[in-house]
Amino acid sequence: MINFFMLILIYSGVYALMAIGQNCITGSTGMLSLCHAGFFCIGSYATAIVCKVFGLSFWLSLPVAAIAAGFVGFLIGVPTLRLKGDYLCIATLGLGEIIRNIATNINPVGINSIPRASLFGYQFASRNKMAFIFLIWAFVIIFYILFQQLAHSRLGRAMTAIREDEVAAQSNGINVTKYKISSFVLGAAIGGIAGCFQTAYTLTVSPSSYTFMVSVMVLCTVVLGGMGNAKAVILGAFIIQFISYFQQLTGLTNVIPPQANQMIFGLILVVMMIWRPQGLLGRDKYRYGDPRTWRQKIAESFGRKKGGER
Amino acid sequence: MVTLTLYLQYIVNGLTLGAIYSLIALGYTMVYGILKFINFAHGDILMVGAFVGLIVYEALLGTSTSGAWMLIAFFIAMIASMAFCAVLGMFIERVAYKPLRNANRLAPLLSAIGVSFILSNGAAWMFGTQSRRFPYPFDNTPLTFLGISITPHQILILVVSVAMMLVLAFFVNKTRMGKAMRATSLDQPTSQLMGINVNRVISLTFAIGSALAAVGGILAAFDFRVYPSMGTMTGLKAFVAAVIGGIGSIPGAMLGGILLGILEAVGAPLLHIPNGLRDTVAFAVLIIVLLFRPEGILGKNEREKV
Amino acid sequence: MKLLTTDHLTREFGGVIAVNDVSFNVEAGLVTGLIGPNGAGKTTLFNQITGVDRPTSGTITFDGMDITGFPAWKVSRLGIARTFQNIRLYKELTVVENVMMGLHFKVGSDPFHGRFLQAIKSYVFAQRENRMVYEKALEWLRFFDLEAHAQDFARSLPYGKQRELEIARALAADPKLLFLDEPAAGMNPAETAHLMEVVDKIRSLGVTVVLIEHDMKLVMNICDQITVLNFGTKIAEGTPQAIKHDKAVIEAYLGKEED
Repeated sequence: MINFFMLILIYSGVYALMAIGQNCITGSTGMLSLCHAGFFCIGSYATAIVCKVFGLSFWLSLPVAAIAAGFVGFLIGVPTLRLKGDYLCIATLGLGEIIRNIATNINPVGINSIPRASLFGYQFASRNKMAFIFLIWAFVIIFYILFQQLAHSRLGRAMTAIREDEVAAQSNGINVTKYKISSFVLGAAIGGIAGCFQTAYTLTVSPSSYTFMVSVMVLCTVVLGGMGNAKAVILGAFIIQFISYFQQLTGLTNVIPPQANQMIFGLILVVMMIWRPQGLLGRDKYRYGDPRTWRQKIAESFGRKKGGER
Repeated sequence: MVTLTLYLQYIVNGLTLGAIYSLIALGYTMVYGILKFINFAHGDILMVGAFVGLIVYEALLGTSTSGAWMLIAFFIAMIASMAFCAVLGMFIERVAYKPLRNANRLAPLLSAIGVSFILSNGAAWMFGTQSRRFPYPFDNTPLTFLGISITPHQILILVVSVAMMLVLAFFVNKTRMGKAMRATSLDQPTSQLMGINVNRVISLTFAIGSALAAVGGILAAFDFRVYPSMGTMTGLKAFVAAVIGGIGSIPGAMLGGILLGILEAVGAPLLHIPNGLRDTVAFAVLIIVLLFRPEGILGKNEREKV
Repeated sequence: MKLLTTDHLTREFGGVIAVNDVSFNVEAGLVTGLIGPNGAGKTTLFNQITGVDRPTSGTITFDGMDITGFPAWKVSRLGIARTFQNIRLYKELTVVENVMMGLHFKVGSDPFHGRFLQAIKSYVFAQRENRMVYEKALEWLRFFDLEAHAQDFARSLPYGKQRELEIARALAADPKLLFLDEPAAGMNPAETAHLMEVVDKIRSLGVTVVLIEHDMKLVMNICDQITVLNFGTKIAEGTPQAIKHDKAVIEAYLGKEED
């Protein structure tokens, strides 16, 4: 059971990375894209090819995966991002499936026995889950900080403006097309990095693991946590992975079929939209321009912990 | 001469395929016309329709092999499935979309994706992922006619779908409720002021759209078998048909379906598209249509008012 | 000095001519009113100039530069700001955040856009930049007496304040020319009176104002120049006094309003 718990930690790390990317696209910029499985797939394949075919290090494959996925994101984004909400959703769904279809047609089996990642001579083997937890979560924290900084920067503000009202954003001098594409490419790149870690852990890639379901799970993660709130998204990743491995964790594999989890994901989307569209955690009160000093912030967070009303 | 008959054959095949797409596309287009959102779960409703039809048909048939009874049982199954899906459609609208009518644009779309997931996985849970055959209720030996063969199944598709579309056209153009529906799709607040019960119109739209999808699902099931994810691809193609015809336009959906069916039946062998890439090509067509002609053939170009 | 001129501007929507051969001038430093009955093409003209929409033919010159067909964001960066007829605030953001968005191209640069070093600096010190923008936005709120609402959501403001906030957001970009699309629509007399003060304040900043308005009292009071459109065509131009007595205008428009 502890084994499955560690597995959950690893996969929630991978999904947290993907969700940070999806959050950048959907949560911050308000573009409903459904092809994160595609970016995930490209990242995984990039790592597999760099490590196996070229025999290079895992660490080199990390930027390659990000750039490859980001580039594909760019290719997809330039034509499709001018589409409005629901059309964008369908078009990206199609593109995600096209990526998987092409991968299946080239090689339906995928790539196996990919060399392990290593750091200072230490080899990350799949059975040593603890090492992977540290590795992946280190990167989750790094990307969390990077994207948090991004959200607070000028780019992040522009993305929020676009989400709220495109026409108004234009008239505020925000080049909507440029920012939409930037946001999409960044989201795609981090999806690629998630794929990279997935490959490093499983050491195989197969087209069948990048289905539409993955995209919906990532979307669900973002919606559950709270769109536009990076902390919440990571919480969402935990919950989604917990649901995903619920049967294995409780030993009820024979009682509850795997479809039940996916029904729950569907249910989460519906229920969250109706009762809590802002997600479990909701939005930060001061997202931009926090007038408080860090002392006040600390004092306030302590105040809340004690249960006092400020 | 031989190639001409061959192409006529493709066109006949395309026509029947297209008729199915049209039936399903109508549901997308009617809902879009009124609520301005894409009912993502529509494809899964057709899958539910096919399953319900199959189950009722098998139950009614029992061990009987009488030809006439098979046909009657089939039609009863179809009507039962239509009724079931109509109720299901109304139920989904009431529970998952109605509370979101004034929410931001992404909300109903996300909710619809959720519903789609619930339906397809629920079906997989109940019926398993194995695909099932929907037996023909008649002897399906093709009839040859001027060198073109047409199966009784294809005739059934054409007859049923033409009948459905005529009924729908009559309903939308001639009846009070149909007029209310058109008024609602033109301007919701105003039609509300004119005393139209918009909620009822929307419910009815979902009911009709879902019932048509059920028919489409059953008609498609003979060739494509019945399985929980059957709605995804067929639903998407029907959506493309709705877009080609101009989403929101009822005659457009009929036209778009037929056009897409013929395009698929003629285009695939003509361009020698390998089987494995067929879906890829279908998606590519979808994206190209969305990018270059999002308003379709009969649709109006809608601009956001500033 | 002419700050903005449109030269034979025409916009057709599938056979319907919304703006027909309009040559329209805006003098720097003045408040220009654009009036005309509903559907006369006033907002369409605004949309052409501010780049929300492209003209079918004709040219637009702003500050000596041909800006015909420029996208809205570019036009806005050149110094033309606007508000919208049906208020377009970022409703789910706070009041101060709305004004911060208006400052977008005034402060800082961001990763990937702008000069490399500057962009990196701007990213690393995002918090500091954010604070700077925040302070600046607060100044604008102070100017409009909206400071007390700084942390409220824009959607929770009363209607009149929402209009003012939209003006504040537009002004934050430090424009040379400000377009106001029916700023007094839906306002009560007290709010309208306050709006007049606001327009006066804006004028005192040296910003040229063009406004579409149906409230004749307001127009006649604050405008230095008035242009009248009817059925997409310009039918008169001049001082409020001249417009009041213009035959064509009275026929087309004021005649119906006479009480």
